[in-house]
Amino acid sequence: MDTGRDRGGDARRERWVDEAAGPLVRPYALTRGRTRARGGALDLVTILRATGARLPDGARLASEQRRLLALCARPCTVADLASDVALPLGVVQVLIGDLLDQGLVEVARRAPTDRLDPAILRKIRDELRAL
Amino acid sequence: MTNSARSDGAAPAAYKILVAGGFGVGKTTLVGSVSEIRPLSTEEDLSEAGAAVDDLRAIEAKRRTTVAMDFGRITLGGGVVLYLFGTPGQERFWFMWEQLARGAVGAVVLVDTRRLTASFASIDYFEQRSAPFVIAVNQFEDAASYTEDEIRVALDLDPHVPVVLCDARRPDSARTVLVALIDHALRVGESV
Ligand SMILES: Nc1nc2c(ncn2[C@@H]2O[C@H](COP(=O)(O)OP(=O)(O)O)[C@@H](O)[C@H]2O)c(=O)[nH]1
Ligand SMILES: [Mg+2]
Repeated sequence: MDTGRDRGGDARRERWVDEAAGPLVRPYALTRGRTRARGGALDLVTILRATGARLPDGARLASEQRRLLALCARPCTVADLASDVALPLGVVQVLIGDLLDQGLVEVARRAPTDRLDPAILRKIRDELRAL
Repeated sequence: MTNSARSDGAAPAAYKILVAGGFGVGKTTLVGSVSEIRPLSTEEDLSEAGAAVDDLRAIEAKRRTTVAMDFGRITLGGGVVLYLFGTPGQERFWFMWEQLARGAVGAVVLVDTRRLTASFASIDYFEQRSAPFVIAVNQFEDAASYTEDEIRVALDLDPHVPVVLCDARRPDSARTVLVALIDHALRVGESV
C-alpha cells in the first residue's frame, strides 16, 4: 500500500488559513484530508505498542508518525498518544490507523465495548477507595 | 513466535468514566481534583467528513474548530488505569460522546442547582442510551440548598438514578462521586 506521503507539494506551498480552523489545517494535511480512520475510529483507551517491525523499503513516515511510533515503544493508550503529540484526537486516530495497517504498531489490549464485568467494576472501585 | 510472549512491560487495563454537564457546572474542576490532568483536543465536525477527502480545499472549507476536552488519568493499583473524559453536554457535542460512551464504566452528570437546565441535554443523552450515570450536584456557596428529592423531581429522574452532593474542588468528594457511579453500575448490571 501507499505509505509515502507527498507532503512537499501543494499542502506545503499553499497557506491553509481559516480564522476558525487555522491551526488544524496542517494536521489534516498530514492525514491527506482524511478525518476518519478506516474501519472505525480507535477507542481512546485502546492500548497500542510498537511491533518492532521494520518500515517497508521505500516507505516514509511523517515526523508525527515517527513520534507516535517512538512513544509506542511502551504500551500506550490512544488518548495518551494524542495528548503527548499535541494533535487533535481525530488526526491521531488516522495516523495510528496507518501505522497499524503498516504493521508497525499493534493493539496490545482492546478497549472494552460492552458493559463491564462486575469483577472489574469492583476492582476499580476498591482501588479508588484505597487511594 | 507470538507477541503474547513478549516480556516488555505488560499493558495495563484502561477504563473510561465520562464527566458531563453544561458549561460552568464544574467538569474541569472535578477532573482536575481527582486525576492527573492532561491536555487533549478534538475537532468539532469530525463526524461529517467521508473516509477520504482528496481535495484539501474541501477540508479548508469545512471550518473546523478545536474543542478542548477534559482529560484526566488516575493510575490505580493492580495494573488498572482509569481515564476521565469531560466534554460539554450540548447536543452538538454528542458525536464525541458516542465514542467515549462505548465500553465506559458510566458517566457523572454534574449539575449546578442555579442552572439546572444546563445539564438537561447530558441527562437525556445517557438516559436514551441506558448508560449508567449518577447526578453529582456541585455545591456552589451562593446556591440555595435543595433536598435530593427536590432535585430529583426538577430533573425528572428515574428513581434508581443516584443523586450525590459534591464539592468538585475536593478530591475526596470527587472520588466519592466516582465510587457512587461504580456502585450504581454494579447494581444496574445485576438487574439486567
Ligand atoms: N464554589 C464552588 N465553585 C466551584 C465548584 N466547582 C467548580 N467551581 C467553580 O466554578 C467555575 C466553573 O467550573 P469549571 O470546572 O470550569 O466548569 P466546566 O465548564 O463544567 O468545566 C470555576 O470558576 C470553578 O472554580 C464547587 O464545587 N464549588
Ligand atoms: Mg471546562
